[in-house]
Amino acid sequence: MKKLRILFNGILKENPTFVLVLGMCPTLGVTTSAFNGFGMGVATMFVLMLSNMLISLLKNFIPDMVRIPAYIVVIATFVSIVDLLIQGFVPALGESLGLFIPLIVVNCIVLGRAEAFASKNSVFDSMLDGIGMGLGFTLSLTVIGAIREILGSGSIFGFQFLPETYNILIFVLAPGAFFVLGFLMALIRHLQSK
Amino acid sequence: MSKKPSTLVNMLLALAVIAVVAAGALAGGYVLTKDAIDKEQQKKSQTAMEQVLPKFQGTTEAVSVQARQGDKNDVTVNLAYNNDGSLFGAAVETYTDKAFGGSFTIMVGFDAEGTIIGTAVVKAAETPGLGDKIKTEKFNGQFAKKQLRPWDVEGGLSVTKDGGQVDAITAATISSRAFCDAVNRAAEAYQKVLNQKGVAQ
Amino acid sequence: MLLQVSGSPHVHGSESVKKIMWSVVIALLPAFLVSVYYFGIPVIILTLVSVGCCMLFEWLIQKYLFKGESTILDGSAVITGMLVAFNVPANLPIWILIIGDLIAIGVAKMAFGGLGKNLFNPAITARIFLLISFPVQMTTWPVPRHFQGFADAVTGPTPLGVIKEGVKAGVPVDSLMNTPVALSDGTFANMPSNLDYLFGQMGGSFGEVSAIAILIGALYLLWRKVISWHIPVSFILTAFIFAGIFWLADPTQYANPFFHMVTGGLMLGACFMATDMVTSPTSKWGMIVFGCGCGLITMIIRLFGAYPEGVSFSILIMNALVPLIDKAFKPKRFAN
Repeated sequence: MKKLRILFNGILKENPTFVLVLGMCPTLGVTTSAFNGFGMGVATMFVLMLSNMLISLLKNFIPDMVRIPAYIVVIATFVSIVDLLIQGFVPALGESLGLFIPLIVVNCIVLGRAEAFASKNSVFDSMLDGIGMGLGFTLSLTVIGAIREILGSGSIFGFQFLPETYNILIFVLAPGAFFVLGFLMALIRHLQSK
Repeated sequence: MSKKPSTLVNMLLALAVIAVVAAGALAGGYVLTKDAIDKEQQKKSQTAMEQVLPKFQGTTEAVSVQARQGDKNDVTVNLAYNNDGSLFGAAVETYTDKAFGGSFTIMVGFDAEGTIIGTAVVKAAETPGLGDKIKTEKFNGQFAKKQLRPWDVEGGLSVTKDGGQVDAITAATISSRAFCDAVNRAAEAYQKVLNQKGVAQ
Repeated sequence: MLLQVSGSPHVHGSESVKKIMWSVVIALLPAFLVSVYYFGIPVIILTLVSVGCCMLFEWLIQKYLFKGESTILDGSAVITGMLVAFNVPANLPIWILIIGDLIAIGVAKMAFGGLGKNLFNPAITARIFLLISFPVQMTTWPVPRHFQGFADAVTGPTPLGVIKEGVKAGVPVDSLMNTPVALSDGTFANMPSNLDYLFGQMGGSFGEVSAIAILIGALYLLWRKVISWHIPVSFILTAFIFAGIFWLADPTQYANPFFHMVTGGLMLGACFMATDMVTSPTSKWGMIVFGCGCGLITMIIRLFGAYPEGVSFSILIMNALVPLIDKAFKPKRFAN
């Protein structure tokens, strides 16, 4: 039961995007379509899970004063490997996510969870936290991506249902990301306050 | 096991071990994915080439050339030879720096006589929904069968707004002009390479 | 109801809000009538639809989201509706205009808490939203036809657009002014004459074309003391001086300052949208700084930017700076 709570903590109660407001750079940058948001979320989840596990494993080995550089090296390693894997095996995703994959290194969620959770908890719990946070991140990015894709491109997961004339272009550009994020955040706050 | 105290030796040791292991893991990941990435990249320029030279079967030879005086980058002319050694044409990877998003790279296919067979965008960062339409069939289709060698039009191709033959994309004249610029650069590079090689024409 | 969020002294009273708002509506009528003369029935339809939608959206949000008293009769939604419509080409599809109204009321006004609390001018926000979202439809300008041929959809460029494109292609401004421009039906039309510029016989968003009609409305507002001279004068003067300096330096590259005064949305923006009292500074010097900033950014965008017109961007940018300006130029307290 307690384990389940760790897992689901990241999905709504401490949702990294809408509640903790972490990792805004990829949230605003890559969510031009549902697929891109989903891909970015899964890549981040993968890194989160592995880095959380490894840092939890190493927590007693790493002296306090150098913990941040040590965490960054661990995270950067996983990110680089994920980057190579995506380029090699999912090139279409690599092309649309581009620079944002290497930028997972500086994504506050990953470092934040390493510092706030993994460095204090067991390996298994840290893995659950990583997966939970990753799922929450994936979910929010997919939702933002889906809304932007529907409004801005008239399609969903690449399936076109509205002709180009009816696309509201601003939603696939940067300002649209802010609009969607803002309104979703307001909606979630509203639901939570009930 | 209790937490290691932050002594100099402990810190150096911890960082060194982590760095070495990380380097090892990265090297492993690189080796593991190298083949797949290389293949992917090859496939990408291959598909662009196939798009602009659809009927071609034979060998290619890549030549880099500076198309115009003062150009910052070279243009790659992939000369395409038939299996009997005669010239089929060329797929020219050309660019423009007059684009709305700075620059973009396109591939232009020519036959031996200098008629355009097809064009395709390799890499571009134009505005979605506007300049991005240079990737569409409708826009690219206009360039097919246009003869550029010898110049049938003074100064190369241009958009109708400037008195040329290419219909610009609505509300994206800059991108359309840039596209013409890239195509003209490709033709000049092709011409230059042919002159250098002295290929029988 | 709050008229503005600022340091004291505060202005209160919904009666005064109502009076101000309806004066603005009256002041917009000359520009409206001229637009009807040039662009015909579509102007009437677009304006009515826009006003109706703005009132409807405000009523819905007020009733079902805020659960408060209805505010639609204070006239502010009517002004927003008129200004959103004035900022679009007369041949814009109605559904795009309705999206603009939704953005103006829903996003720019009510999301901030309603009248008096919004940071950005709703009509300007809607215009820029539409311009970025529907760049093709928002930049296809019908040619003014004096009550003739409402049905034909001949379109042509705006004078600012002609100059921008032409200068980029290396043609001197002088010859651009005297070269006929191509219209969508394949015919050519002369560039507007000096008188045309003044009265507004040129392509553009339908409410912005006639400098004279807008000035008449602005004078009425000044007379009714609804607006003060500070913002419009500093806005227009700064743009004039900036354009003048560049014109004197190189008249082949830059159009003369009078041209910049009467084309595009400068007059409409300076007199009706920059002066929105909710989104402009409260003190006199603050207003002058605000106006100068608008004029400067407008001209920088017109002369060096990617867009031919910069009025709406400049007002939006300066809107964001209003809290800072208000901090720097606090209104004097009466008792010190």
